[in-house]
Parts: sequence; structure tokens; C-alpha cells
Amino acid sequence: MVTVIRNDADLRQRAWDAAAAVVDPEIPVLTIADLGVLRDVAVTDGHVEVAITPTYSGCPAMNMITLEIELALEREGFRNSKVRTVLSPAWTTDWMSEQGRQKLREYGIAPPQAASSRRALFGVQQVACPQCSSEDTEVLSEFGSTSCKALWRCRSCREPFDYFKCH
Amino acid sequence: MAAASISVTETPLVLYALRRADDALILGHRLSEWCGHAPALEEDMALANMGLDLLGQARELYSYAADVEGQGNDEDKFAYLRDVRQYRNLLLLEQPNGDFARTMARQFFYAAFADLYWRAMMKSTDATLAAIAAKSEKESAYHLRHSSEWMVRLGDGTEESHRRAQGAVDDLWAYTGEMFGVDESERALIERGVAVDPATLHPQWLKTVSNVVGEATLALPKGGWMQQGGRSGRHSEHLGHLLSELQSMQRTFPGATW
Repeated sequence: MVTVIRNDADLRQRAWDAAAAVVDPEIPVLTIADLGVLRDVAVTDGHVEVAITPTYSGCPAMNMITLEIELALEREGFRNSKVRTVLSPAWTTDWMSEQGRQKLREYGIAPPQAASSRRALFGVQQVACPQCSSEDTEVLSEFGSTSCKALWRCRSCREPFDYFKCH
Repeated sequence: MAAASISVTETPLVLYALRRADDALILGHRLSEWCGHAPALEEDMALANMGLDLLGQARELYSYAADVEGQGNDEDKFAYLRDVRQYRNLLLLEQPNGDFARTMARQFFYAAFADLYWRAMMKSTDATLAAIAAKSEKESAYHLRHSSEWMVRLGDGTEESHRRAQGAVDDLWAYTGEMFGVDESERALIERGVAVDPATLHPQWLKTVSNVVGEATLALPKGGWMQQGGRSGRHSEHLGHLLSELQSMQRTFPGATW
């Protein structure tokens, strides 16, 4: 019988891969790695500790994501894993990967713009329609179906769509 | 048997965190009362979303207060098992929703403050408070924009919406002064760079408020007398009624979970 002794780097990679594959329950095309919610994975004496960061303070998906990470690690053979929440540095939409933005667009959600436009009190934003790419769009509500989305409508193709708010 | 209230050891830092947590919880609860009743579906979602942001901020702040206090309290106990005189929120935030104009004026006065306040608090020497501030600041910016747009739409709208918006501004104005006051307990934190002196933010707040109110064709009241008491637990009659609803489940069935 051959005993494979894995070093910590291998273990950490396996744990990272398992955690990184967990998807956001509200936006199932995005993994928590795409979103930038997964901050760190550490392995000490075979026990895994994962650090995640919330997108919005009240995001109810965080509880679900925590549970999913624990289950994913359990399936990979890691017992008694811990998931902790870190607040600093605060998550911004800049943490979202380019791949994540592309996946969002294909899913029908307009990806976030650069965070700098947020400060304008009565700011005008230009958001391209994820269906037809037209920039002739209008905001219906700054607050959409989840904390992280706003509701927009395309004037060209007349389709309403979600816009992932920049933060 | 109803659950008894907890006792809290209010050191300056615990009291500070509880005050801000109570602000967020009480305003968040007020906004949640609109759920299913707002004038349009988009507004129903907007108000619930903002309520959720505030609830998230409250949870972080209560959890931090519990850590600092170290007496076995937690976020749920702080929210559900303190009586009205133990609550430390601003009087402004417990005022009833009234009509939509009143809800928006309350939101606007507070968001214009919270946006400045949390941005300044990102420089706190307390790492946890700075991290909470960095999250809250981003959310407050949205709350301010939303309520500013509504102030203009209502003030510069119809004769009726103008009348109601002006009435809301007039009635709530006396509660805005409390946002800028500090007591000895908080002064000690300000001196150590843990907290920001809110009085330093007043000129900028007044500028934002004056600009928006002006654009809304409304006027700010001339009177300078300001109501206070919430920070030390002396509340208006409205908070007790709010808490009776917020706490009824945990008071009736102590420790109930689902």
C-alpha cells in the first residue's frame, strides 16, 4: 500500500478549488471566486479555514454561501472546516474578475461599471443592454431583486434587465 | 413566561457601537414596515433593500459591541431583549413612517449625515469600526441618492406633493440636531481617534441638505431649537410601540429559533 503524503501547498490548493467552485445562490453562473467574495483559504494541521467577505452588509446569501463552502470541503474530505467573515478591505465591484463580468453579461445581467461614477448625487450612467448591447437604456429603480442589483430597461429592444450595481 | 431584559455594561466603546447599531436597526425596521405597502413595486423593493443594508450594518455593530463587552450578550440579545429605555438610537429614526414624503424626508436627513459620517469613520483608529464604516459608506451613498431624487420629485412635483414634502421637512427638522451632538462618553473616543466628531460634518451636511431642498423648491425651517434624548434612552412614545412588534416573538417564546 502506498501512502501519499501531501504537502500543505497541495492540500491548500485542493481546499481552495473546492471552496472556489461554490456558486452565489442568487446568481448561479458566478462562483464566489469570480465575485471576489472568497478572500483566503488556509490549512493548519489538516483543518481548513476559509475567509469570505460580504458584498453588501445585509446580503442574506452569505449564510447560504457559508453552508455551501462547508459542504464542499466536507465532500473533499476536510472535516471541521471553519468559515469566517472578514470586512476589511471592503469588497468593491473591482474585486469581480473579468471572467465573472463576461459570465454576468451572458447570463443577462449588465456587469458593474467603474466605481467612480457612484458619487455623483444625480449622476447619469450609461449601461449597455446585456441583450442587444444598445446604450439607449434607462434606470427603472436603483434597487432591484437583490441588494447588489438595480433594475434597468432597454429602450431599443424594450427588455428590462438587471444591472449589477457598482460599489 | 416573557423573557426578561438583559443588562448591558455600557463602556464608551460598547455604548458607541450600540448607538450606531440601534440607529441602523430602528430605521431599517421602519423601512421594512413599508414592505407590501409602498406606492409602487420599485419603491417597495427599494425600501426593503435599504432596510436590509441597515439591518446588515446593525448586525456588524451589535456583534462588535458584544465582543467588546464580553458579557455573553450577542446581536440577537441586544436587538430583542433590551427595553425601550435601553435603546440608544436617534429620535429622528424612530419617528413613524407617516406618508411617503415623511419617510423620504427622514431618510434624506439621515442619509445625508450617514454618508459623510461613515466616510469619515473609515479613518477610525479602531480597525473593526473602520471596516464597518467602509461597507456602510458605500450603501449610504445609494440611500442618499435615492432619497435626494425623491425630495426633488415630491417638492417640485404637484401642489399636493409639495405641501406634504414641506410639512415633512418642517415636522422632522427639530430632530436633526441630535445627529451632531456628543456626550462625555463619546468625547473620550473622539479624542483617541476611535470616533469622529459629528459636529465637524455639520457644514457639509447643511450644504447638501440646502442644495437638495432648494432644488426641490422647498424651504428649511428657520427655527433653531432641537429635540434630543434618544442617545441616553429618553425616547418619543413611538419607539415602545415599534419594539413591541419587533420583539414580540422573542419576548413570548424566549430563545425561539427556526
